[in-house]
Amino acid sequence: MVASANTRLQLETAHLTALFGQHRAVRDVSLLFPAHTVTAIIGPSGCGKSTLLRCLNRMHELTPGASVTGEVLLDDVNIYAGDVSPIELRRRVGMVFQRPTPFPTMSIYDNVAAGLRVNGRRPRAEMDDAVARALQQAALWDEVKDRLHASALDLSGGQQQRLCIARAVAPQPEILLLDEPTASLDPAGTQRIEELCHALKRLYTIVIVTHNMQQAARVSDYTAFMYLGSLIEVGRTDELFTKPKLEQTEAYITGRFG
Amino acid sequence: MTGRALRRHITSRVMTVLVIALSFTAVLALVLILGNLVLKGASSIDWAFFTKSPVPAGQSGGGVANAIVGTGIIVGVAALIGVPLGVGAGIYLAEYGSGRLGFLVRFVADVLNGTPSIVIGIVGWTFIVKPSGHFSALAGSVALAILMIPMLARTTEEMVRLVPHSLREAALALGYPRWRTSLKIVARTALGGIVTGCLVGIARIAGETAPLLFTALGNLNFSVHVTQPMQALSLQIYVYATGPFEDWHRLAWASALVLMGLVLIISLLARWVTRQRYGSIR
Repeated sequence: MVASANTRLQLETAHLTALFGQHRAVRDVSLLFPAHTVTAIIGPSGCGKSTLLRCLNRMHELTPGASVTGEVLLDDVNIYAGDVSPIELRRRVGMVFQRPTPFPTMSIYDNVAAGLRVNGRRPRAEMDDAVARALQQAALWDEVKDRLHASALDLSGGQQQRLCIARAVAPQPEILLLDEPTASLDPAGTQRIEELCHALKRLYTIVIVTHNMQQAARVSDYTAFMYLGSLIEVGRTDELFTKPKLEQTEAYITGRFG
Repeated sequence: MTGRALRRHITSRVMTVLVIALSFTAVLALVLILGNLVLKGASSIDWAFFTKSPVPAGQSGGGVANAIVGTGIIVGVAALIGVPLGVGAGIYLAEYGSGRLGFLVRFVADVLNGTPSIVIGIVGWTFIVKPSGHFSALAGSVALAILMIPMLARTTEEMVRLVPHSLREAALALGYPRWRTSLKIVARTALGGIVTGCLVGIARIAGETAPLLFTALGNLNFSVHVTQPMQALSLQIYVYATGPFEDWHRLAWASALVLMGLVLIISLLARWVTRQRYGSIR
């Protein structure tokens, strides 16, 4: 379950600061995301956890006025270096958002295939396999295999979110970013997504932002606690929740503020 | 307390009746126009009306087949020119138009939207009819397209802006380049609204007369050559209604009814497409 000491460090931020104009939403964060683990980022609203996540696939810079200093290293290459294409990068770093975002004009099949098609055409049979594989990974295959060409909007909210996970994993990224993926789901839908996190970390390195501390405790191997844009404490999830090193962390996880 | 409640009740009733009465007045205009057209025009509509060209002045009989076909060709060519430019400009404005150039394009479109259509007819005459030496249907189409482009640009912009930002982000996060996000995801999601806007725009220009007076000119004979003068229903109505012959007046009423019917059908089509908006538009 827990990554061994010699795990290759695949994703890492170094002195990362993210700005909206002059406002520093993320302040000097240096954080490791060990390969094939789930890292949860927790903290109160507005602490910069989503912004940090959006720096990892360069979505942050799409907001007008937004900028970044410091580095994000993916396999030791700074993704903010001049010769790195954000478009290529985002094909290696998949993302799932707070609310399900299926493409409304596309069928279930086409939604999953969308990220593959953007990489160029491929034979029909190969595409069918890739779509089926992605839907199986997202634990949606059994529910939709007989209606792959129905509209994605026919699915329930929880199914739509799993469809978005299937869409994100179809191009076989190395990293999967989940931005409060269960915020708009009911308990049953939430549970399914959490189970998926466990299953998917064999294949991907997962970073999940969550409001919900129980969720962080349930799904993650490592937890990072952020407050006012700064990284306060990071450690193995079982240790952080049982023996936090800092007073501030303890106050947050015991519900005394935030 | 009861006095105040009673007063509120009465005020509410009075306002409701007033609003209903005003709505009826607004609709009444349309009913009167349509009713009048049916009354005076319907009796002149027969098979010959749709299949025959006009007969020489003073004789009775004949139809307006040339004008119906002419309106179809002129408006069709105008749409071929205007729809890609107008929709393209609209997508540009919505997706990339936050800077200076966007502001400028939006401003020009708004000014052009408010330009009297006869001025646009004169523009067509100055830049196409005069240099080429003769009136032509193509010049008419260009004038109508100019009328259509700013209209489509603004409605397309509105429709594209309605697409939730989260869809753009989802596409970009999948590694879509920006242009492909705009076309394949955003514009495609807004397609129903865009098509509706195009149909409304086409309905609008189908009835225009002034821009055609200086460009397509009109033609008493049947013609399908876009480089030659061509008749249109609106021009036909103008000439026939102001002419001296009883038979012409009759045909003018009937032509007006057909034109109105055409516009009505296109508008209904637009309604229908709107209703399908978030259905399976492929």
